Amino acid sequence: MLESIGMKSMNDLFADIPEDFRLRRDLKLDLSMTEIEVDRLMKSLASKNMSTDDLTCFMGAGAYDHFIPTVVNHLAGRAEFFTAYTPYQPEISQGTLQSIFEYQSLICELTGMDVSNASVYDGAHAAAEAAMMTCAVKKRDKMLISMTVHPETRQVLKTYFKFRGIELIEVPMKDGETDYEKLKELTDKSIAGMLVQSPNFFGIIEDIARVSDLMKEHKALTVVSVDPISLAILEPPGKLGADIVIGEGQALGNDMALGGPYFGFMAVTNKLVRKIPGRICGQSVDEDGKRAFVLTLQAREQHIRRFKATSNICTNQGLMILKGAIYMNTLGKEGLKDVAMHSMQKAHYMQKILVEKGLAEPIFDKPYFKEFAVKFTKSVAEINEALLAEGILGGFDVNQVYPMPNTMLIAVTEKRTKSEMDNFANKLEVIV
Amino acid sequence: MKFYEKLIFEVSKSGRRACHLPELDVEALSLDDMIPKNYQRKEDAELPEVSEIDVVRHYTGISQKNYSIDGGFYPLGSCTMKYNPKVNEDAASNPGFKNLHPYQPEKTIQGALELMYELSDMLAEISGMDQVSLQPAAGAQGELTGLMLIKSYHENRNEHQRNKIIVPDSAHGTNPATAAVVGFEIVEISSDDKGNVDIEALRNAVGDDTAGLMLTNPSTLGLFEQNIGAIAEIVHDAGGLLYYDGANMNAIMGQCRPGDMGFDVMHYNLHKTFSTPHGGGGPGSGPVGVKDILVPFLPVPMISVDSDVYHLDYDKPLTIGKVKSFYGNFNILVRAYTYIKAMGYDGIKEASETAVLNANYLMHQMMEDYQIPEDMLCKHEFVAAGLKTAHEGVSTLDVAKRIIDYGYHPPTVYFPLIVHEALMIEPTETESMETLDDFAKVMKHIAHEAINEHDLLKNAPHRTPVRRIDEVRAARDLILKYKDSLKG
Amino acid sequence: MKVQSGLYYSEDHEWVRVEGNIAYIGVSDYAQHELGDIVYVELPDEDDEFEKGDSLGTIESVKAATDILMPISGRVIEINDELEDSPEKVNAEAYEAWLIKLEFTNEAELKDLMTAEKYEEFLKED
Repeated sequence: MLESIGMKSMNDLFADIPEDFRLRRDLKLDLSMTEIEVDRLMKSLASKNMSTDDLTCFMGAGAYDHFIPTVVNHLAGRAEFFTAYTPYQPEISQGTLQSIFEYQSLICELTGMDVSNASVYDGAHAAAEAAMMTCAVKKRDKMLISMTVHPETRQVLKTYFKFRGIELIEVPMKDGETDYEKLKELTDKSIAGMLVQSPNFFGIIEDIARVSDLMKEHKALTVVSVDPISLAILEPPGKLGADIVIGEGQALGNDMALGGPYFGFMAVTNKLVRKIPGRICGQSVDEDGKRAFVLTLQAREQHIRRFKATSNICTNQGLMILKGAIYMNTLGKEGLKDVAMHSMQKAHYMQKILVEKGLAEPIFDKPYFKEFAVKFTKSVAEINEALLAEGILGGFDVNQVYPMPNTMLIAVTEKRTKSEMDNFANKLEVIV
Repeated sequence: MKFYEKLIFEVSKSGRRACHLPELDVEALSLDDMIPKNYQRKEDAELPEVSEIDVVRHYTGISQKNYSIDGGFYPLGSCTMKYNPKVNEDAASNPGFKNLHPYQPEKTIQGALELMYELSDMLAEISGMDQVSLQPAAGAQGELTGLMLIKSYHENRNEHQRNKIIVPDSAHGTNPATAAVVGFEIVEISSDDKGNVDIEALRNAVGDDTAGLMLTNPSTLGLFEQNIGAIAEIVHDAGGLLYYDGANMNAIMGQCRPGDMGFDVMHYNLHKTFSTPHGGGGPGSGPVGVKDILVPFLPVPMISVDSDVYHLDYDKPLTIGKVKSFYGNFNILVRAYTYIKAMGYDGIKEASETAVLNANYLMHQMMEDYQIPEDMLCKHEFVAAGLKTAHEGVSTLDVAKRIIDYGYHPPTVYFPLIVHEALMIEPTETESMETLDDFAKVMKHIAHEAINEHDLLKNAPHRTPVRRIDEVRAARDLILKYKDSLKG
Repeated sequence: MKVQSGLYYSEDHEWVRVEGNIAYIGVSDYAQHELGDIVYVELPDEDDEFEKGDSLGTIESVKAATDILMPISGRVIEINDELEDSPEKVNAEAYEAWLIKLEFTNEAELKDLMTAEKYEEFLKED
């Protein structure tokens, strides 16, 4: 091959690199490995971790141990989906495009909104994009955010906003919810919008309608971050006056995988369709009049508008939304309701037995979905250490992010059995 | 064979279920006792009701309409569509990696932390950087992080006037878009006729308001920026920093390193250079590598090690904060790690050598019929300015559509913007000579058709499930969800 | 490329038709041709006020989205809402499909615009 292009050695191929910069040594990496050796190495590394196969998981706080039907991975793993890239040539990407179109439709159904994009990196990124979009649309540079929004989301937003000259104002919480009176005080015509999460970080369901009414009075936008599973039985923000609905999609058919890859979903009202970032798939027809799917509204995106783009995003979370869509289709209308119901019932049972046995006190007295915060008499760190020895992954230590000592945030999904929950309580009896 | 034509909503039939949960084993409370009526959903979400075989047939059916790397040669320039080793998937589907909750105590995730720590080191070594953050979710977010680091660096030195980022006009669209997101102003400088940075234009553009220059090397034309030494000097002398867009790393691994060429910060595209799967558009992963001067500003947490025990380190007073929740796209990092370990120092170097060899080999075979400068030495990809001769009205778009008829995925078209009718071809190292020869034959054939049988190109593709979609209609009459299509 | 006489033109390919102290603003035939099939026109609200050079909205085609810049300063009296449902009118009749009707505030700014003849020459240079 070298000969055919007039070269003598591999070195000639790199003759255009100035000698000063040529690396004249080997990279300080190990030698290559065969498949057997790689397999052995990776298994050994994996075995140094304890997974939720080994531990009964009561941890939530933004990542959830929901049941993933086996077809999700079998189908998403098909090479035609897995090893394809962005559908730039729609004629040979109808599989990917149709699955995106269906995903968008499903998200709109769940959220009660008009338009969904084809995902952003994760829930926190969705919040950042939604907040930037809100400020751009309203041409105002102040954004309100509730203290009950996930701390990591607020952190990411702070990082994004630090450089943009947009002010992020945190609205305090009261009794586990956004403090509505304080919200009223902070809202005026200089505010672009408010970001509220429901169920919030503490699992509590917030009053979205009241927030959106207040925002409308001041011609500001309402952004709601949601748990997609909860929308099977909770009234969707689209029906409660939200302008933008976002959230973390991990619970929809994706592994917890130590925090990623996940996906962030974003859905808006028709008014905002040209301001939404990310890819969007639309339905059209081809030369022969057949139904066909294609990426559309691309004039908003970075590869055309460049510095005037609605966002800088290029790659999305294609594989993750495929899993999400397969999950939603497999669970279906009734199945997703069951998942939501079971999770909620089990969470309520869990809190009930903890309280009945005098092991912990509930912190808040508000309606909640699948997570709740309780107070123990010992530090959560101590309790969790002991639980670990019993094969249980205890809840989140709230004191790490809010000034609430000895407070644990416990999540229960449909996967937890009565005996697992009773065992959790029994083990706690010994510990506290 | 007939193609599958239904939407899942059209398959749906009331009462069908693919999935059941076990009976609820705790006492059921009434919904009203748990949440107020006005919070309860009044109308069900109309999700499909299908059986498991329906779901399987549906996705199997639509998958048949997709082209993929496993299916064939995918020379999409700038995307590095190399083979995704299956052994990466085995690693990622190990429960010991995929079933980890991000908030698990450190002592239960030592394997994961060790993996991330070592991966950071390996990426730093490959690129000549001092430290690497694995947090950014994709290339664009890596760029974002890199630019935030640059801004923090200057502000920390009280140089608040440095608000301009210089970008060549050949740059990928994410570069200027990202600079705008971070609140920078963009200064675009022209490229010379080789697609390299115009040194004089650069000299005129730098000043004490220069925050930095964003560059990819080789450039988006697949050509190595030989003046990189001078470029680095000009920017550094003006007090700016140099950002490296790592999209084209596949060209230089083991041959030279951005860190040695004067770059201060860069991002990697794990889904390009390091074989993690493309998944129909994502996920990606865009770790960021920096020189020591920028280390204090890196996102938290970083991974540290102390007597063989790994920790998540949040102690960084000058950090920019977080760009993503949790730690990054961990299960993509697992795949990249597996790849680098499998390839080793020898395989990584060979990958780049073969990528460059394949690109030059293919380029020479296409020179006769496509507009490619003679005597050109490209790196891992090359750009042709369309056909040399064609019947009037035959464009690069038509060539691309005709390539589909021959069973191949078209190259990237109309990028970079500075080349008219651009065709950007990146074969990658995982293709055999036979594949390249066959592709070259096809391209030659199409070039001849373009002169004598141009209708074949103008009407291409001929055998795909759909043909030449009306994109104007898609943007004008918006149908963005199933319910939109039901309206009159 | 059709250049209609009797109108003023800006370097960004907008045209201005003056009727007393009212002006109609649109984009030239050259502009619509460059953009390709137009799919959406984003217009300001009535009563919005702009300075010369401000962006009053955008025109979007499949391959590009471009800002429309105010050739002169003024207050928007009316917007052409036909374009909401039929953006393709801008392609079909660029000089009939006005975007906004303006009460302009600074007559002197008209002098900075090109006449039809000058615009024709300007296009030849491009």
